[in-house]
Amino acid sequence: MLRFGLVLKKAVQVIITLFAVITFNFLLFRVLPGDPIRLIARAGNLSPEAISRLRDLFGLDKPLVTQYFYYLRNLFTGEFGMSYTYRRPVIDILQERIANTVILLAAATVIVVLIGVAAGVIAAARRGSKTDQSLVVTSLVFWSLPTFWTGLILVILLGVYVKAFPVSGITTPGASFDSSFARLLDLGKHLVLPTITLAIVDMGQFMLITRSTLVDVLTEDYILTGKAKGLPFRRVLWGHAVPNALLPIITTTALYVSLVIGGAIQVETVFSWPGMGRLMYDAVLRRDYPILEASFLFLAATVILANFLSDIMYMVIDPRVKEA
Amino acid sequence: MSTLLDIQDLAINFKTRSGDVHAVDGVSFQLEAGKVLGIAGESGCGKTTTALSIPRLLPSNARLVRGHILFDGVDLMQFSEGEIEKIRWKQISMVFQGAMNALNPVKTIGAQIIEPIVWHEPAIARGDANQRVLELLERVGIPAARARSYPHEFSGGMRQRVMIAMALACRPKLIISDEPVTALDVMIQAQILNLLKDLQKQMNLAMIFISHDLSVIAESCDEIAIMYAGKLVERGSIRKVFSQPAHPYTQALIRSFPNIYGKQELIHGIPGYPPNLIHPPTGCRFHERCDRCIDICAQSEPVLREVGEGQIAACHRIGETLP
Amino acid sequence: MNATAVPASRPPNLWVQVWEIPLGRAGIILLGIVLVLSLVGPVVFPFNPKDITSTAADILQPPSSMHWLGTDELGRDVFRETLVGARLSLLVGLLATAISITLGSIIGLLAGYYRGAVGITLMRVTDFFLVLPLLPLIIILAAIFGQSFSITIMVIGLTSWPSTARIVRSQVISLRERQFIERIRSLGATDLRVIAVHILPNVLPLIYANTVLVIAGSILSEATLAFLGLGDPVRVSWGTMLHFGFVAGAAGRGAWWYLLPPGLGIVLVVLGFTLAGHTLDQLLNPRLREF
Ligand SMILES: Nc1ncnc2c1ncn2[C@@H]1O[C@H](COP(=O)(O)OP(=O)(O)OP(=O)(O)O)[C@@H](O)[C@H]1O
Ligand SMILES: [Mg+2]
Repeated sequence: MLRFGLVLKKAVQVIITLFAVITFNFLLFRVLPGDPIRLIARAGNLSPEAISRLRDLFGLDKPLVTQYFYYLRNLFTGEFGMSYTYRRPVIDILQERIANTVILLAAATVIVVLIGVAAGVIAAARRGSKTDQSLVVTSLVFWSLPTFWTGLILVILLGVYVKAFPVSGITTPGASFDSSFARLLDLGKHLVLPTITLAIVDMGQFMLITRSTLVDVLTEDYILTGKAKGLPFRRVLWGHAVPNALLPIITTTALYVSLVIGGAIQVETVFSWPGMGRLMYDAVLRRDYPILEASFLFLAATVILANFLSDIMYMVIDPRVKEA
Repeated sequence: MSTLLDIQDLAINFKTRSGDVHAVDGVSFQLEAGKVLGIAGESGCGKTTTALSIPRLLPSNARLVRGHILFDGVDLMQFSEGEIEKIRWKQISMVFQGAMNALNPVKTIGAQIIEPIVWHEPAIARGDANQRVLELLERVGIPAARARSYPHEFSGGMRQRVMIAMALACRPKLIISDEPVTALDVMIQAQILNLLKDLQKQMNLAMIFISHDLSVIAESCDEIAIMYAGKLVERGSIRKVFSQPAHPYTQALIRSFPNIYGKQELIHGIPGYPPNLIHPPTGCRFHERCDRCIDICAQSEPVLREVGEGQIAACHRIGETLP
Repeated sequence: MNATAVPASRPPNLWVQVWEIPLGRAGIILLGIVLVLSLVGPVVFPFNPKDITSTAADILQPPSSMHWLGTDELGRDVFRETLVGARLSLLVGLLATAISITLGSIIGLLAGYYRGAVGITLMRVTDFFLVLPLLPLIIILAAIFGQSFSITIMVIGLTSWPSTARIVRSQVISLRERQFIERIRSLGATDLRVIAVHILPNVLPLIYANTVLVIAGSILSEATLAFLGLGDPVRVSWGTMLHFGFVAGAAGRGAWWYLLPPGLGIVLVVLGFTLAGHTLDQLLNPRLREF
């Protein structure tokens, strides 16, 4: 069962890492590029009152250390400042966007994990065969594809020439739906191309990791024991090899979260998907620093938490994890 | 007594990038029900290969060059994969080396012991199968409550007891133990050996017992087969082979171990190394290391012949009076 | 990565070995083709970035005998642009990798060699950077520091070292455990000497394989950064071509000839490095070796 002490230790590590990210973020946006007001308060034509309100909020005329504490206080109250392109609180904008990104990532992740792991298992089980070789080559090719370009090519192929799927946005603009099912169907259609793009590019890595882990596991002695017991290979594979390969695969999933976030930025850009990624792209073009700062913090925190979760899952699955 | 296992002229190669490894070449022996045969020889002489070939568990680069393995009168080599799977564990089970990672680290030992039972006896009631697991554990001296523990929670010796319980799970006729006590410490070795011997007697099991440690074999076997570089060089009853070893290699092996019956003597290693099995030496494979080598030994291969009652050996110089 | 034994010295004919494995050979051939095209191509087919059309009729035109791969959003020749774009993509990839590998190797060597506070601190820093999501990090750095050739290189180089550091560290740790290093240390060799003479040569093969894979990653990073509008706007790279093509709506207008060539260029180079790196990895890591 879960070792409480170990979980606690991990949790403390996570909190330290989160603080490190927050501090890193603070320094990056305050210290390095010079005038902090330019970064935080360059909110287009904000009124002088609004600027002075921001100045007070972030303590911009105070020393840096004081600013840091203001910054921490603001973080805990969800205060990320104002976006100067949208002229609205950053936190509100983020909240609107997060759900859309989660939908996209969830759809892609299900496909990536299912197909990636299945392909990896098949390749490892038939190591050295033609099937294995073609799966490895395909994975390496997929791995080499730039996500955004894959998206662009799919737009041309399936959006412009074949016109099979919508290529932009999350709903058909101006459409009205008779039922929630119709609305869902519309969302589903918009989801197809971005999801395929993400899945194609990130699947390769999953397959390669699953394969090499499993190839390793299949040389273990307990695999021979399984065969000696008279179990058919398929049962040895799924009953003994795959459960042992699961642990490294879980670690990969945590790394994958970081990867897929990068993918989401590109895919949302190409398909004008109104999520965090597209938000970042627009913010980059307009140098909307408050948005960039908050988005980065949010994404980094997500990845850190994903790692934490994978550590916990590892402990749940692996009976060997001992009190450290 | 009936012959349970009859291996005839077994020859196995491994395909590798640098050529075919002639790992086993012309090995024959018989094993009667309820008897224990020891196989001894230096590392790399083909003991494991011989053992794994019986339930057909060799890795995919292995090739059967010649030979038959008759088990209860039928040739296992002719079986389809599905047919041999039914023989494995149900009739022939295995105990692997004690230090080996032969138990699955992420499954409880109970689950691993019950697995072959429910697989080979699909009709068995879950409760009966569980009951049998508990009995087996008790039999090998593990408290039944520990069925829910994972392998890493046991010591090496205890893990080996688990392995033995597992090997007995389907009440097989033959158990193949490949170095079952190697890498355990001496006290534990003795315990495990006694356990194996007792169970073998109680259940009237046939057993193949592989070890490079002659003293271990002397204690637990009825017969012994000595292998050298893929060849069977001598075979016979324990008493005969140890008291009157016929082959120079057997003699050297016995000399190189502490005296099992008497006081500790100086250990002589056998000088030199076992030959390369991709290009094995011509003639007798042992001639390069043999202190009694004569011209013919390098040219023609000696055949196994009877040297005493139920004892055979392959050496050109048998029959000459010993110096 | 598993710290398995690596041959004590680099086999002299490593690339010959790569060449003998089909996947590795495919990688080397791909790289050879791209390298020759990027070096010779722009000499034979020079590209003039100022050759901008004045008539809308020349914009985003499909392939013709005049323009083998059509024209871009400013009416320039895509074929020539692609050839010259290869140079910047390769150059950024190589220079960023040089930074990344140097940094990663040094940090990995030190973190593995010094087990005390130095090692722990270095490893904590490495883990910290490893956990940050790479693309968002690169994006905000580029957005803060500006868009130029050298900043792109710095940003990619300074963010992609942690995985190298980790791999090198675990190898160094397993080397340290070996007898001969202990013996040399006890004979009074300085740390620097032990690292440079006895440890580094043993980690070099691993660094080699890693370098090849990092180049692939760096080229992808450059392309992505440029595509997102954070590349050097006055120089042509495959990434900036795709950026301008995307912004000009080439995809929606079905202008495949503008988007296909630079993207294929990226894919071929990255695939070339990936295949070579994958093969090297297999050769150097006995655990992965196929029978
Ligand atoms: N899968 C394989 N591929 C190639 N050669 C192999 C393979 N397995 C074993 N061999 C070779 O076959 C020969 C016999 O090996 P085997 O494992 O049967 O010896 P052994 O007597 O059991 O030795 P040990 O006492 O070390 O267990 C050795 O030379 C070994 O190197
Ligand atoms: Mg063996």
